Amino acid sequence: MKNIWHFYMGTLVLISKGSKAYYCWVLFLLSLITIGAFAYAQQLSEGLIVTNMRDQVSWGFYISNFTFLVGVAAAAVLLVIPAYVYHWKPIKEIAVLGELLAVSAIVMCLMFVTVDIGHPERFWHLIPKIGLLNFPQSLLAWDVVVLNTYLMINLTVAVFILYNKYYKREPNKNITTPLLLLSIPSAISIHTVTAFLYNGLGARPFWNSSILVPRFLASAFCSGPAFMILIFFLVRKYTKFKIEDEAIQKVAEIIAYAIFINLLLLGAELFKEYYTGSVHLAPVQYLFQGLHGHSALVPWIWTAMIFNITAFVLFLNPATRRNNVTLVMGCILVFIGVYIEKGMGLVIPGFIPDVLHEIYEYAPTGIELLLSMGIWATGLLVFTMLLRVAIPIMNGDFHVADDGVGSYIGDQLFLVQQPDTIKSQPEAVIQN
Amino acid sequence: MSDIKKCDSHVLHKSRRKMLKGLAAGIGLIAMPGREASASVWEEFFQKHFRELSKEELKGVIARLEKDYSKQYAKQVTVKTTPPIEGVRYGYGLDLSRCIGCRRCVYACVKENNQSRTPQIHWIRVMQLDKEKGIDLSHAEHYYNPEKVPEKGHFYMPVQCQQCEKPPCTKVCPVQATWKENDGIVVVDYNWCIGCRYCMAACPYGARHFNWAKPSVPANEINPNTHYLGNRPRPKGVVEKCTFCIQRTREQPGRYPACAEICPVGARKFGNLLDPESEMRYLIENKRVFIFKEDLNTQPKFYYFYAT
Repeated sequence: MKNIWHFYMGTLVLISKGSKAYYCWVLFLLSLITIGAFAYAQQLSEGLIVTNMRDQVSWGFYISNFTFLVGVAAAAVLLVIPAYVYHWKPIKEIAVLGELLAVSAIVMCLMFVTVDIGHPERFWHLIPKIGLLNFPQSLLAWDVVVLNTYLMINLTVAVFILYNKYYKREPNKNITTPLLLLSIPSAISIHTVTAFLYNGLGARPFWNSSILVPRFLASAFCSGPAFMILIFFLVRKYTKFKIEDEAIQKVAEIIAYAIFINLLLLGAELFKEYYTGSVHLAPVQYLFQGLHGHSALVPWIWTAMIFNITAFVLFLNPATRRNNVTLVMGCILVFIGVYIEKGMGLVIPGFIPDVLHEIYEYAPTGIELLLSMGIWATGLLVFTMLLRVAIPIMNGDFHVADDGVGSYIGDQLFLVQQPDTIKSQPEAVIQN
Repeated sequence: MSDIKKCDSHVLHKSRRKMLKGLAAGIGLIAMPGREASASVWEEFFQKHFRELSKEELKGVIARLEKDYSKQYAKQVTVKTTPPIEGVRYGYGLDLSRCIGCRRCVYACVKENNQSRTPQIHWIRVMQLDKEKGIDLSHAEHYYNPEKVPEKGHFYMPVQCQQCEKPPCTKVCPVQATWKENDGIVVVDYNWCIGCRYCMAACPYGARHFNWAKPSVPANEINPNTHYLGNRPRPKGVVEKCTFCIQRTREQPGRYPACAEICPVGARKFGNLLDPESEMRYLIENKRVFIFKEDLNTQPKFYYFYAT
């Protein structure tokens, strides 16, 4: 117990230290979070009327972001499988970064749902026994369960491994292995359940398609790993953590397959709707062509299409996949492409036209944008803090001091541009 | 130039004040409320689900609500909890050949059920359809506004909660804040709803409405005769819907829903489906009846028919 306390205090000291770049980054995020908090305060006092959501389009930008981020969170499993099922060393060393990304993404997911609901203070109605969780009937109840389970598993595994490394012990495999294995079906479950949440509604033909779950999974395996690769490059460039090219290439290969499957499934969906040409075509038409003169989403979805196809070419072609510049480009393109397609592109056409075929065009208000920006900043701050602790531990720059109480902090700066080869290490300081 | 500046700074000032007010409200939500209000606020916060309240607790809740509402609207507001009547299952009939699209039902409903006036909430939506095209929703006109109805070549289709036998909305609610009562009416506990709006996504009839802002009903227009599961004043951030005027229809002797009562052409019928002698049973057995979106198998108890 005492050890946990010392570890916790040590991490607090650690995150307070860093280079100028680190401080600037954190301050930048904190200022965005403050702006987001003001936006939320206004929404709380006036109600969701400050958004552009209405009865016709009853979910909007918040739920779009939520849906996308569930995918990002689920993708951590792509690092866990090669690392812990196939024991592939280059990825095993970095798998913990994936788990921490999952934790941060789920935090964002939960925040996006919270700001979307009319009575966040009634959250306790969702707690089984205390409230009245409608399990197993409601898919939203399932989502509450699986998202929290997934958050807990990833947080526990990552913290347990790091905690043991801090005390220079090998983490107990009897604890980590079952949890890591459990995290695999659990990652698939969060995405499956979120897809089912839309899928099971007969009222919304756009979502009521059996291909939705595989589409969700395929797109998750594009956006999540793409974000992961970007993080790898940043971590490699600005911290002392070493990530092998081999590991990055492995992840890039997986993305190539995933984009292909994602495009294939989308094509299958489009064929079915257009060839059948039933009234259920209307939402697809709204998305891709515009309907009765309403076409707010059309430029967005075509941007997404162009980005996804370009990214596919970049990932498929070995020369561009192995070139770091084009690889980074591909990652950015597919991340944005999926953000549009699996965010607003999935949620909004479910409501346009609405169930009585009325068309109400939706675009987020300034408050929705600022509040969402605040949540993204919060997620990035959580991720930064987790990395601030995890990376020095993995590098052996943060561990228990020789007296067994204080902590040794070898990495005072954290974010500094790294030379290609490290020539001298900064002097170590012992903290009490 | 300076005028513009002044104007700008004024707007900025105002919006900043608004922001601060918002922030204060946000903090107030988390912080402990003041002593006077605190009892009521905490009681409301910890209030159990309607169906889990004991008789004693329910009495307390009703007393609190009646006190709050009466104070808010400066007149005696009663909140009933009349249970379903044994052997009754309500059904509704709508004669499409008679409806003239006057929207009297829409506004009678708003008045009877204390819907918000600004922003406007309507539990009934009337669509104008082309006789040539039949029931083709993609050509429906929702906001028709001619000088006189009915317009030539058109017919009208009002849609409200269909009180489904298999309601998709109650199934999806994550906290069981909405359910089907024994008399078939689908109700919402406004004090339990978390405002996630999943039910609105699930409803195929657009029958559910959200209080995007604090609902406003002028005190002199409030209907003080309310039911807990129906037309009592709602807070912002919860979902509401048609309850077949639960505060009227569960009375003994019962009264017609406000929309049926007001209809100037007698297009609206209402009755007990379990009573073989009822008007509803006669209609179903003798007229050309259909239910809306039959393929979804929601099994509405709202029957459209053509009497002539």
